[in-house]
Amino acid sequence: MSVKKKFKGLSDKAVGWLFIGPTVLLLLAINIYPLVYAIKMSFTNFYANKIGREPQFVGLKNYIKVLNKEAIWEKMQVTASFMFWTLLLQAIIGLGLALLLNRKFKGNELLTTLIVLPMMLSPAVVGVFWTYLYNPQVGLFNYVVNFFYDLGSFDMIGSSTLAPWAIVIVDTWMWTPFTMLICLAGLRSVPNYLYEAAEVDRASKWQQFIYITLPSVLPFLLLALLFRGIENFKMFDMVVELTSGGPGSATELASINLKREAFEKWKTGYSSAFAVILFVTIFGFGNVYVKVMNKIKER
Amino acid sequence: MKKIMILLFVSLFSFSVNSNAKSITLGWAAWDPANALQELTKEFTAETGIEVNFEFVPWPNFADRMLNELNNKGKTFDLLIGDSQWIGAGAVYGHYVKLNDFFDKEGISMSDFSPATVYAYSTWPKGSENYYALPAMGDALAWAYRKDWFDRPELKSEFKKKHGYDLGVPANWNQLYDMCTFFQGREIDGQKRYGAAINTERGSEGITMGVTAAMYAWGMEYENPNKPYDMEGYFNSPQAVEAVEFYRKLYEDCAPPGHSDAYMVANLDAYKSGQVAFQMNWYAFWPGVSKEDSDGRVSGFFANPKQNVAAATLGGQGISVVKYSDKQDLALEYIKWFARPDVQQKWWDLGGYSCHNDVLNSPSFPTSTVYAQGFLDSMGIVKDFWQEPTFVELMLPMQEAIHDYVVNGKGTAKEALDKIIEEWVEVFEADGKL
Repeated sequence: MSVKKKFKGLSDKAVGWLFIGPTVLLLLAINIYPLVYAIKMSFTNFYANKIGREPQFVGLKNYIKVLNKEAIWEKMQVTASFMFWTLLLQAIIGLGLALLLNRKFKGNELLTTLIVLPMMLSPAVVGVFWTYLYNPQVGLFNYVVNFFYDLGSFDMIGSSTLAPWAIVIVDTWMWTPFTMLICLAGLRSVPNYLYEAAEVDRASKWQQFIYITLPSVLPFLLLALLFRGIENFKMFDMVVELTSGGPGSATELASINLKREAFEKWKTGYSSAFAVILFVTIFGFGNVYVKVMNKIKER
Repeated sequence: MKKIMILLFVSLFSFSVNSNAKSITLGWAAWDPANALQELTKEFTAETGIEVNFEFVPWPNFADRMLNELNNKGKTFDLLIGDSQWIGAGAVYGHYVKLNDFFDKEGISMSDFSPATVYAYSTWPKGSENYYALPAMGDALAWAYRKDWFDRPELKSEFKKKHGYDLGVPANWNQLYDMCTFFQGREIDGQKRYGAAINTERGSEGITMGVTAAMYAWGMEYENPNKPYDMEGYFNSPQAVEAVEFYRKLYEDCAPPGHSDAYMVANLDAYKSGQVAFQMNWYAFWPGVSKEDSDGRVSGFFANPKQNVAAATLGGQGISVVKYSDKQDLALEYIKWFARPDVQQKWWDLGGYSCHNDVLNSPSFPTSTVYAQGFLDSMGIVKDFWQEPTFVELMLPMQEAIHDYVVNGKGTAKEALDKIIEEWVEVFEADGKL
């Protein structure tokens, strides 16, 4: 009653604005303003640590510099490879685990809880303790590998061939449970009568999987991969703790390089241009992906 | 009720006393000397009533944390013990208070301190008489070795037979390599041992500090002495290339497995756990190593070996007053106290590395610890990385290119050094130096 009185005389639209106003202001302040500011800075030679030096307009120079820099493309390649392998492995293993846990068996709930544990840890902590697991002298990972196949002493994070795999393994270990949970939700939403009808039609288990399970779970899986894709494009903390981007620059993802350019070299203008390019890339890919996902859903 | 009122009154009173107490905050890296300074500072508080709060930041985050604080004109710190390379940025960007007038007023003379440390930790532009810090902690990169293994007759004779000279403190880098390879993979007391724990860290400054120890010894100069910022043929000279190649060989043939991202603490751990015969590290760590070896049987120490020239990588820091502090007067009082010869002597006694001539020139100094003579020798031959305001921008490409070559095995040493010069030219151009 009192609320009604308070808003008396205001149109529905005005009340609506009153409710969403604070959120819009907050979004403008912490999302839109920094974005617009970064875009503005990307056209200047601004260095945030050079106090008193006025930024000068340099046009597209920063963008051209970023796009022509061979090292940037190397970082993008490292990022693309990291994303491809992590998403592929997380999709396959996540779906597999979801199919397993969708069956009823003793200890199902306990197993689900155990599998989900890694994604509850802090990525930085995960990065630090995997450095110990990967230690060539005392690491459990190396011990287990050597137990099954004697490779001798090998250094997962000190070798440029193995280090990219080291970060893929850790990310897969940590985030496969996320894909699994989303897929599991998808699997549990498939009505039983579809399988019953398939049984009546004498469809094999494989046919049931291909024609019922997979199409039903695919939109969920794609959604999980969208989230993971965006997260892995921005991946920073776990990799920094694990390899510092090394050896050399073998695992220096675009986000790590961006941080170094922006907050260690303080090339604010240049790094703003790099950030805008990364933003456009992920935004573009994200949009295309969502469109494809919607088409799959409509089928 | 009465009791509660009294308790409330007492709490309020004590709060107001605390809030009125004079206090300053000092920022430094989290390591052994910082603990010694904390201990030493108790005397300052007792004398002046000024409380000193400490914020010690782990080394990997030290530069990030402190430089961000300065760039943001933060008031967290009143005093900062900043790395030698920061002095340029501290002076040029106005982060540090210029101390000349204060020194004159208080009768603090820079000639009372070791010239190498005044040059490295206090002045900007280099060699000028503009002082932005008081030399606080002298340091250089040096080596510790397992004296107990070196003293074993069977190892001594085997080494002599193999190399034709005595197993002992290496006279140059070639001998160091011989000794490292001698211990690499060797079983001693039933355990597999390795050659040397050397700097290979990628994230901050580790591998640069390590590789420059070799490069300086080979005679590398950063630039043409007659033409500043002209680096071609100097930083990538054949000697510099050879030194970088040597460092890679040392890493490949002598480092323990998994030592691909190691710096101070990792080197110390590898040494203390008995994995390696040698460790490369800062003098700052030697009091800790020495403390665990009271009879001096286990560890020996020596200055960076020479190759073509005698040289060592400079570490260490000066203490500066932060321009943005509201308590500059109290911070200056601390510096005045810290500059006193008697305080400097206590600083050395507690495990800090004094730069005061009264301490260093004392007849008893060289024998005061097993590493004191090495420290004196090193401080006479130190060389530092660029101290330009843009030193972080200069450090990062070197870290990447050297790590890529030494640890990752990518390309050649010449290519790595050329790449670094290319990046440095860009930095100096942006800074208006070229």
